[in-house]
Amino acid sequence: MNQTTDTAPGGAAVTGRSGTDTAEAGAAGRRRGRAGRRSPAAGRTRSWRDAPLRRITPWLFLAAPLALLITFTYVPVASMISYGFTDWDGVSPDRENVGFDNYVRIFTRPELFRVFLVSGYYLAASVVQIAVALYFAVILSFDLRFRNLFKGILFFPYLINGVAIGFVFLYFFQDGGTLDSVLTWLGVTTDHAWLGDPASANASLAGVSVWRFTGLNFVLFLGAVQSIPGELYEAAELDGAGKWKQFRHIIAPSIKPVISLSAILAISGSLSVFEIPYIMTGGATGTQTFVIQTVKLAFQFNKTGLASAAAVVLLLIILLVTWIQRRLVPDDKVDLV
Amino acid sequence: MTSPDLTAAVKGPRRPRRRLPVGGALTYLSLLVASAVVLIPLAVVFLTSLKTSEEAADGSALSLPGNWFNLDNYVTAFHDGKMLTAFGNTAFILVFSIGGTVVIGSMTAYAVDRFDFRGKKPVMAGFLIATLVPGVTTQVATFQVINGMGLVDTRWAPILLYMGTDIVSVYIFLQFIRGIPVSLDEAARLDGANAFTIYRKIIFPLLKPAIATVVIIKGITTYNDFYIPFLYLHSEDLGTVSTALFRFKGPFGAHWEAISAGAILVIIPTLIVFLLLQRWIYNGFAQGATK
Repeated sequence: MNQTTDTAPGGAAVTGRSGTDTAEAGAAGRRRGRAGRRSPAAGRTRSWRDAPLRRITPWLFLAAPLALLITFTYVPVASMISYGFTDWDGVSPDRENVGFDNYVRIFTRPELFRVFLVSGYYLAASVVQIAVALYFAVILSFDLRFRNLFKGILFFPYLINGVAIGFVFLYFFQDGGTLDSVLTWLGVTTDHAWLGDPASANASLAGVSVWRFTGLNFVLFLGAVQSIPGELYEAAELDGAGKWKQFRHIIAPSIKPVISLSAILAISGSLSVFEIPYIMTGGATGTQTFVIQTVKLAFQFNKTGLASAAAVVLLLIILLVTWIQRRLVPDDKVDLV
Repeated sequence: MTSPDLTAAVKGPRRPRRRLPVGGALTYLSLLVASAVVLIPLAVVFLTSLKTSEEAADGSALSLPGNWFNLDNYVTAFHDGKMLTAFGNTAFILVFSIGGTVVIGSMTAYAVDRFDFRGKKPVMAGFLIATLVPGVTTQVATFQVINGMGLVDTRWAPILLYMGTDIVSVYIFLQFIRGIPVSLDEAARLDGANAFTIYRKIIFPLLKPAIATVVIIKGITTYNDFYIPFLYLHSEDLGTVSTALFRFKGPFGAHWEAISAGAILVIIPTLIVFLLLQRWIYNGFAQGATK
């Protein structure tokens, strides 16, 4: 368990056994109960705890959840790994074992590998996204007029249906669409086809992703900034610390865990982009992402083997990134709400 | 966010808790620019949805509709775009997957927190490790599982997947259940209640705030999900809000006024829910993302 706590996601410290406030809050009575339940191996005194019915009770509660967890998470992962070593087409009863061929193809065929470069656009976008979210979180932690209105406006895009966002921005980037019209109104005339060439299309799509996801980062950061007690600022002011120093030494350290969480979400998010580019361009003009490619391989070209290998690669990368983040930032401080 | 000492600090006697740094005007300007960036793309689509097809084809994107009460495009979207069926399907999937998630998540949390049993640690680890596996990557193989069950192209495929792969809500319940004193369980047990009665009569009702959080997060993410229905529901009659809207792309091609109406139709329920439940939504998503 200690090992799993180390590699656990965000709130694991709270859920783990490391004795945080919440765990501590569970009355002492519970702890006594636990000790009582652990000891019966030594002396079998409390009969009802040892009754067979009592022993299987937790499993009755866990039966359905575990069945679902295994069927829809572990079975797929296991079979995905095994498909990855075959040339299965997803339909026919027979499949050849091809060893590491699929993996060799992914890393050697440039058109299969290029999708990783597309992720670069989204990764760059998420840096912008975190910076923008941080700026507005700090600004809106002050007492401002219309504070709640601005907060709502900034967060709302995160709640909107992805397909609707895709259409809104198809119209936005269209020839003579929203963007062109606004630019004309500002006195800039351009007939640039925003989704016309790979660099511009990917940048535009990454921009949509900033528009969509900044709100979540913003609310996370805002929660963290607001949980800093006001006295800290007052004390700092008395000591003559300016606004920048306050940010640097009070705000920044307190929100570090949330920023690191956002960074990890950004990396795994930019590797698994699917909706926006699939809806807007269908992966045309060099906007194909890793997941679009995998979905096309599996469901359009019936290359289940190759697609599984690709999915395994993505899974490994995401696990690696998560692991690195856990190493760099101990996970005991993400505790916002 | 709502802890008493903090609200006291905000509303304390020293009026403005913290004054704005450098030029308030610049700050407001940046907020206005950000609001414009968020709102203009949406507003333009809203305007377009009220235009006739001539107005949409000829006029500028920023021009205003001739008749502000022209709802023809919404009728088209509802009728030709099958949005009514789509809302029905989405509602069906929402009810079952949310209900299932609440029951499954709270049962798991109850079993894990209130019992000591052999195999508890592996079970916990099983749930923990599963959070690291991103759903998008495993669909290639999950599809074969669902296919093996003969559920492809039925509404039960998304329902099972939403129910079975939601580990975040297990954590939300787990965190909350820790705050419910065990003495309540013990008292009920002395009165002769069995584990199931305790879960149903005591734990479940006390979990209400956690249930509200899970319902909100789960409801919004399920309503917005495109990937799962896109992969599993192929028939047009089984379209959800997302996939039905996605199908607008074909038949309505360049008819932006109809596509816009469809998009606005999908956004309106979200907007209403957001306006009504703001506070819960902020907290819920902050909680969900950090688990």
